Amino acid sequence: MEKGTWKVKTGLAQTLKGGVIMDVVSPEQARIAEEAGACAVMALERVPADIRAGGGVARMADPTIITAIMAAVSIPVMAKCRIGHFAEAQVLEALGIDFIDESEVLTPADESHHIWKHNFKIPFVCGCRDLGEALRRIAEGAAMIRTKGEAGTGNIVEAVRHMRAVRDGIGRLQALREEQLVAEAKALGAPLELVMEVHKTGKLPVVNFAAGGVATPADAALMMQLGAEGVFVGSGIFKSSDPATRAQAIVKATTHYQDPAILAEVSKGLGTAMPGLDIKAIPQQELLSPRGW
Amino acid sequence: MRVGVLALQGTFIEHIGILRQLGVEAPPIRLSHELDTLDGLIIPGGESTTMLRLMESFELIQPIKEMARDGLPIWGTCAGMVLLAKSVSNYEMETLGLMDTKVRRNAFGSQIDSFETDLEIPLVGEEPFHAVFIRAPIIEEAKPGVKILSCLPDGTIVAIRQNRLLACAFHPEFTDDLRFHSYFLNIVSPKLSHNPEDRILRGSQLES
Repeated sequence: MEKGTWKVKTGLAQTLKGGVIMDVVSPEQARIAEEAGACAVMALERVPADIRAGGGVARMADPTIITAIMAAVSIPVMAKCRIGHFAEAQVLEALGIDFIDESEVLTPADESHHIWKHNFKIPFVCGCRDLGEALRRIAEGAAMIRTKGEAGTGNIVEAVRHMRAVRDGIGRLQALREEQLVAEAKALGAPLELVMEVHKTGKLPVVNFAAGGVATPADAALMMQLGAEGVFVGSGIFKSSDPATRAQAIVKATTHYQDPAILAEVSKGLGTAMPGLDIKAIPQQELLSPRGW
Repeated sequence: MRVGVLALQGTFIEHIGILRQLGVEAPPIRLSHELDTLDGLIIPGGESTTMLRLMESFELIQPIKEMARDGLPIWGTCAGMVLLAKSVSNYEMETLGLMDTKVRRNAFGSQIDSFETDLEIPLVGEEPFHAVFIRAPIIEEAKPGVKILSCLPDGTIVAIRQNRLLACAFHPEFTDDLRFHSYFLNIVSPKLSHNPEDRILRGSQLES
């Protein structure tokens, strides 16, 4: 009986596919998310929109909140640690959570190194903006990838940019001949072994969700049609006027993303979405997605 | 042969891939009218509460129950096993209630206790079956009439069959071993096999 293997780590990501992972800050919100059909929750102290507004250093949540959320639901619970902060990750592993998000939404602890995730028994999900970044994180042991988008904005434009970049990168790799792969690996800044695997299979070696800016059922369907295997919704649910209804609608849209009639039906009467931010209006140093490398 | 795979959430793409390797038509099922003309149905792994909510919203529960009563073979893996059970001991939730079993969700604990292991499943063959358990459920109680196909070394029941219904706590869809899927296809179409209990179908036989 072997625990903490690559198969077991990537296996949990596979079971989450086609689902919606929702940010929650309390046991009550976690229960609303579960009841609405979330396939997992992300336990936080503040949602990204509040982290953005609050400023200062954003850290791992208080274990009290995380354990209260774990006790409240039967679905998997994820929690975020800072990029490179392997001690926070050790704390999260000791709490027995199901998945760690090494996240650019929190203030990075290390500007040169991400966590060596192979050292852990529980799986990690990491953000990426393109194929090279995705493959670097997988090389470090990420068992799941999410495109970063721009968290806390309610604006889908960056999520689309990043998902398209990953797809374009994969398409480009597939079109290359074998003798071109070493040069492409160098250009991508990614390990040759993973580059060769993607060249052969035409897909990332791990599950890839979309994140950062999903606020409506149509946003979720857009990302699924662009190739996401599921979605993270951060501030989009609990910063809207009717979280339970919106959460259910996004769950339905993620399953029926290819069915416009159902999308139309579930998009009705959801109340007010979270107020969005124009990415261009955000000062460069306040953008979250360029964190990490 | 058409074996549908419930495609609301979870590991349906893996199941569809294996069924196609075995030469079986495997439509994804999201709406009740797509259940028509199926010879069998797989309820995949994933989150049972998520699938349950979507089954309620899109009115799949009643039709699946009726088709099972009419003899449709159904196989549930992991979350699918939870949904097929009569009751869940540690969580208040509705299920399809088709098998005379009581299951326990997340019976091994959180992800840190997920594991892979070699299982003895005599009915699928002599070679052990490599099984991946992810936040897996177990069968706590199986009424008479439920046949136990496999247990862990400590006696925990992890695979069962009751007439034309099949359930396992692990994910055969995560491996390249096609024997469990072949076993289910024998239930779906016993006429393709002389002995549905022990004969393993090969893809070539199904295509013929």
